Amino acid sequence: MDDALWAFARVSGLVDMVLLTGSVLLGILTRSGRPLPALPRVSLMLLHRNISLLAVVFLVFHVAPLLLDAYARVNLVDVVVPFLGSYKAFWQGLGTVALDLMAAVVATGLLRHRLGRRTFRAVHWLSYAMWPLALAHSVGNGTDATSAPAVAAAVVLCVAVLAAAAWRVSAGFLETADARRGGARRDWGRP
Amino acid sequence: MSAAIATEPLAGAPSGRPAGSRLFAAGAAAGHAAHLAAYGPVPRHGRDWSLAQELEASGLTGRGGAGFSAWRKFAAVDRARRPARYAGRAGRSVLIANGAEGEPLSFKDATLLHNAPHLVIDGLLAAAEALGAGSLFIYAGAARLPALAAALAERSDARHIALLEAPDAFVAGQSSAVVSFLETGRALPRDVAGRLADGGFQGRPTLVHNVETWAHIALVARYGAGWFRAEGTAEDPGTRLVSVTGDVPSEVVLEVPGGSRLDGVLASAGVAGDAVSAVLVGGYHGRWVRPSGVVLGGGGVPGGGPESGSVRPGAGVVHVLARGRCGLAATARMVEYLAGQSARQCGPCMFGLPALAGAMERLAAGRGGPELVREVGRLSGLVAGRGACHHPDGTVQLVGSALETFADDVRWHLAGQCQETGGAL
Amino acid sequence: MSVAGPAARLHIDWTMCDGRGLCTELLPEALTRDDWGYPLAAPGRVRARADASNVPLTGAELGAAVDAVKLCPLLALRITGP
Ligand code: SF4
Ligand code: SF4
Repeated sequence: MDDALWAFARVSGLVDMVLLTGSVLLGILTRSGRPLPALPRVSLMLLHRNISLLAVVFLVFHVAPLLLDAYARVNLVDVVVPFLGSYKAFWQGLGTVALDLMAAVVATGLLRHRLGRRTFRAVHWLSYAMWPLALAHSVGNGTDATSAPAVAAAVVLCVAVLAAAAWRVSAGFLETADARRGGARRDWGRP
Repeated sequence: MSAAIATEPLAGAPSGRPAGSRLFAAGAAAGHAAHLAAYGPVPRHGRDWSLAQELEASGLTGRGGAGFSAWRKFAAVDRARRPARYAGRAGRSVLIANGAEGEPLSFKDATLLHNAPHLVIDGLLAAAEALGAGSLFIYAGAARLPALAAALAERSDARHIALLEAPDAFVAGQSSAVVSFLETGRALPRDVAGRLADGGFQGRPTLVHNVETWAHIALVARYGAGWFRAEGTAEDPGTRLVSVTGDVPSEVVLEVPGGSRLDGVLASAGVAGDAVSAVLVGGYHGRWVRPSGVVLGGGGVPGGGPESGSVRPGAGVVHVLARGRCGLAATARMVEYLAGQSARQCGPCMFGLPALAGAMERLAAGRGGPELVREVGRLSGLVAGRGACHHPDGTVQLVGSALETFADDVRWHLAGQCQETGGAL
Repeated sequence: MSVAGPAARLHIDWTMCDGRGLCTELLPEALTRDDWGYPLAAPGRVRARADASNVPLTGAELGAAVDAVKLCPLLALRITGP
């Protein structure tokens, strides 16, 4: 039984890492204002939101079995307060910090109409801290994180996010960047 | 710019009611004693007298640019401050005298604050009494503050009026900018979905008037609506200050009755009619007109364009362009300045005004064909009405009036000629 | 636009909007985009100057307008009375 819980927690954690990466990439894409050929901006925005919510669900799947599992010796306090755990306290603590940040980012995202733009934005920036923490946690804590497929997966996710971040800070990032720099007049056409 | 008063200060009006200049009757840089000697004390009114009714009957309009009815703004604050049955407490109202005068061609507010600060103070106090106001402010540029502080210190009834230093920026005088300056220390216009009367500073009912409007309110409170209407016309009662600038013998502030003929105003400033090509009325957010036959109409004249023979005085600027000077070049410089003064908050203003300035610059330099005129029109359409404040609208009005008034020059320029240089561009 | 006048208006707060174009996707009949990507009321919608920032909407567009208000990443939109 404990083995099954353990495996379930690990698989959920891996899936969550992929979802988080997808959410960050989609977030950067929506920020640029560009649609994809088959996906208009509105769909990208909804996809960004729904993948993020799905990541929350998988985070629950990831953490809940550990609470139930006697062997893991994780309690409710460990889930929210970092660096108290008994097993690989440091790496687990990084995961806890990432969980806290994710909770803050998602909660302020859902409540942004009430909180106002400043709070929403300030907290949303924390996503850029959350993602590397989550990745470090999955590599550091993972029981088979040194296996070749796991390393390859981590490298792929890293490259994707780093590339997106580099694009994010580049001059032509915004869809409107060229037009606003006084470039040739652009006919935006029917959206 | 020097703060000259061309109107003669009246020596000792016998009835206590000045008959010549209304706003400068107490003379230059009047202290409180001179002020009281010229205007008399504020009378105690009976119970059936109300400032709101007098303001309504007076027909006074705002003297800051928009020309909105002073009574309507007053009544809106009056309504908002009374707690509605289901609404929460609105809080005590806030009154602000706006003397920021960001318009570079205007100096009548500075002149008024320098010479007749006590009228402005009286106006605030009269309204504060009528509205049960909680906070009173005078908002003006740094250069005006020492004299204002001295004026406030001269009297015991004005200690609670606070002075605010207005930043030196074109849009710092927009009334929503005044309110955000109070709240955040930054004079940026904000999105106005509702009226300031229903929730300005800290959500309290807020009344922002130009300083000259407050001075007129002080006089209406003293002498009543009938007296106010004795000058000016039925549509544009009372007097107003105008700053006469540009190609003039000397730049002056004049106090003129509502509905004055523009050529008469120019003559009072010593400008010969045949030396004038065009006049910019209202400042950088105003309109170019040919002066003959045009009347400085009230702010409330619907569509008060030159075609109706009357032009809205806006912030009271009358800027003269001498015959032989190029109106397109002058306008292009103004639009360039205005583009630089965008608070860069609103996209269409931030990007549209520089584009418009560029097109005007090319037109003034004679670089381009008829498509340039179409482009100016298209860009004007892209910025009009698309900002949190009236900065884009005012700029579009300036540009539109220039293309109309200087239509001949446009043709010359498209042909590579300019009247100012008398030949090729 | 119906003869009876707009059912509601979409108010654009220009100090917030960054022209990300979600609203223009959702309300293609009411909004296009200007040179810099900001939402631009369709030509027929602007009768008075204020309409440029308070775009008249038909009843059929209300649902999409509500979505735009919810999805605008910069909270720049609001629905106001007609
Ligand atoms: S319209 Fe222009 S000047 Fe006015 S608030 Fe917006 S950006 Fe600033
Ligand atoms: S969705 Fe919001 S930010 Fe994007 S263009 Fe519309 S109003 Fe502007």
